Amino acid sequence: MEKTAIFGNKALPYALLLPQLVITLVFFYWPASQAVWQSFLREDAFGLNSDFVGLENYQALFAQPEYYKSMITTLVFSSLVAALSLAIALLFATQADKNLKAAPVFKVMMIWPYAVAPAVAGVLWLFMFHPTLGTLARPMRVLGFNWNPLLDGNHAMALIVMAAVWKQIAYNFLFFLAGLQSIPRSVLEAGAIDGAGPLRRFWTITFPLLSPTTFFLLVVNVVYVFFDTFGIIDAVTGGGPAGSTTTMVYKVYADGRLGGDLGGSAAQSVVLMVIVIALTAIQFRYVERKVQY
Amino acid sequence: MNRHFALATLFASTLAFAAPAQAVTEIQWWHAMSGGNNDIVNKLAADFNASQSDYKVVPTFKGAYPDTMNAGIAAFRAGTSPHILQVFEVGTATMMSAKGAIKPVYQLMKDAGEPFDPNAYLPAITGYYSTSKGEMLSFPFNSSSMVMWVNLDALKKADIAEIPKTWPEVFDSAKKLKAAGYTTCGFSNAWATWANIEQFSAWHNVPIGSKANGLDGFDTVLQFNTPLHVKHLQTLTELVKDKTYDYSGRANASEARFGSGECPLFLTSSGYYATAKSTAKFAFTSAPMPYYPEAKGAPQNSIIGGASLWVMGGKKPDEYKGVAKFFAFLSDTDRQAKLHQESGYLPITKAAYEKTKASGFYEKNPTLETPLKELTNKEPTENSRGLRFGNMVQLRDIWSEEIEAALGGQKTAQQALDAAVTRGNAMLRTFEKTVK
Repeated sequence: MEKTAIFGNKALPYALLLPQLVITLVFFYWPASQAVWQSFLREDAFGLNSDFVGLENYQALFAQPEYYKSMITTLVFSSLVAALSLAIALLFATQADKNLKAAPVFKVMMIWPYAVAPAVAGVLWLFMFHPTLGTLARPMRVLGFNWNPLLDGNHAMALIVMAAVWKQIAYNFLFFLAGLQSIPRSVLEAGAIDGAGPLRRFWTITFPLLSPTTFFLLVVNVVYVFFDTFGIIDAVTGGGPAGSTTTMVYKVYADGRLGGDLGGSAAQSVVLMVIVIALTAIQFRYVERKVQY
Repeated sequence: MNRHFALATLFASTLAFAAPAQAVTEIQWWHAMSGGNNDIVNKLAADFNASQSDYKVVPTFKGAYPDTMNAGIAAFRAGTSPHILQVFEVGTATMMSAKGAIKPVYQLMKDAGEPFDPNAYLPAITGYYSTSKGEMLSFPFNSSSMVMWVNLDALKKADIAEIPKTWPEVFDSAKKLKAAGYTTCGFSNAWATWANIEQFSAWHNVPIGSKANGLDGFDTVLQFNTPLHVKHLQTLTELVKDKTYDYSGRANASEARFGSGECPLFLTSSGYYATAKSTAKFAFTSAPMPYYPEAKGAPQNSIIGGASLWVMGGKKPDEYKGVAKFFAFLSDTDRQAKLHQESGYLPITKAAYEKTKASGFYEKNPTLETPLKELTNKEPTENSRGLRFGNMVQLRDIWSEEIEAALGGQKTAQQALDAAVTRGNAMLRTFEKTVK
């Protein structure tokens, strides 16, 4: 009997791939194509009248100054959330990686916010920082700081950034910690013997060795802020005040789900999809070059 | 052996349950009433089911108003809609434009041969849910209006002898209240657009939009950037700076500011009654909304909020007969009077209102009569009959955004209201195209 790694059966590899392909088709390509098709339609909420209107939804979208405003809001929001949640998680992970007695407790405490649903996370922060009901907001106002996220756009932005960062730190922390623990101790010890201080060891050894993890997290975090944060925004600010926390994905949700404008909402989600595909492509093309595997 | 037995038992019990279920016609009722209101809904259904044996109303809680409406729409698209769907008042235009998806109530009652007199219902309520010809499209269920909640102890503390009636009096009182220690909030309101645009316009007999605020056709144009509207918003933007007026958000999350004693004057729904009663540790009452005395004919009459019951299309005649019987059951005078007095909802029929009045109930509970007095203050005009704009949920968001821009100092009142009108009109045109 001859032993070989090559399968003689030509159909078998395809058969083995089939479940994966079917899942991708059913759960990604089909809905995505539906969104594209819907963006060319003008439909009432009940689906009773449906007209093909070509690019009219897109024209209407790009004629709205609010849409450009939501793009800028998204840019501000996503850079703040991605940068802060990555930086803070990395800081916590390096601390948890040290030989501390309390490290396991610390790790568990760091991880649990990930189990909280976005809307619940939003409500938790709202309870603390609602201008009149908030447990922390009242002392702030008493101390003379005019905290007012209901009318001040920057305050509202700060609030949803805090909630979104808090929610994401746990996830980033987990990956950073795993990454840190896979770095060989011998390399770090060699560095120490050669006289490199802790900071120098971090920037010249640890951080470069963590770069695959960091890169993966960057991609995941960008997708998170683009797609997963509308629950937080809906619970905390509802996109207000004056649209200053209406990100692109929240606008998709508000116009489509709350407002019943399916065509316009679909057009927005197609634009959003294109942006995220482009962002991911840029990340893989340019940022990945700096990654050392 | 055991498993076979279990399966057989399961099968038998399914049959046993299925058999009597076929004898009665089930009526599915999706609603958005939570908490104590949910109990009321369940009790109404149980009472109806006990009153006869042909039909069984099955109420199901589907989440908040927008969730319930979306669930109904999604179910319709999937061909599994309930018989009765509770829809909040801002969803009215969407529902009534969905011809084929709904069965108009006047039609339903006629087909079923149930006694039905549209004139028996309070016109201020049914106007909202009727065509311009007076045909009732949905069945009014829980209605409320906007009132001003007044902290009487605070007024005493600030040496204010009378509850302020006009806006200038409210501003004046708020300043006195601030001086008396209510430093963070002289007066405020929930539901930013309902208070400052929708109710404000009706109460001052000025239009929100053309075509009787959209009741007479979807080719309506928004008009709420009049000098009176601008003056009101401009005044608020000045008063918000030192918190004589404080902003409390788009919805009603901040209603607790009244109950906690922070805001002594607070405009919100009359449906806030039960909560105010259980939280406020001071003497309080409700008063009519304030008005500008220079506005001709003000105060006019207020408009309603709350929800109504829509009957979905494409059901069997027998099922419709059951729905009609249920609506007749709900309209019963004694039942309506009791519902009103227990829940704080408005009575939907004139008879129930008269009965409650005659029983001397309002002398003991004047707060419950304020919204009724507002609604029936004058014969409704083109500007105060109600409103019906497509995409109303989105419109409210746009209007709130612009109000916030003005209060936050990013725009003048005029600019904000102009933008609210322009952006709203664009949305109305989109809606008009989808329903033509």
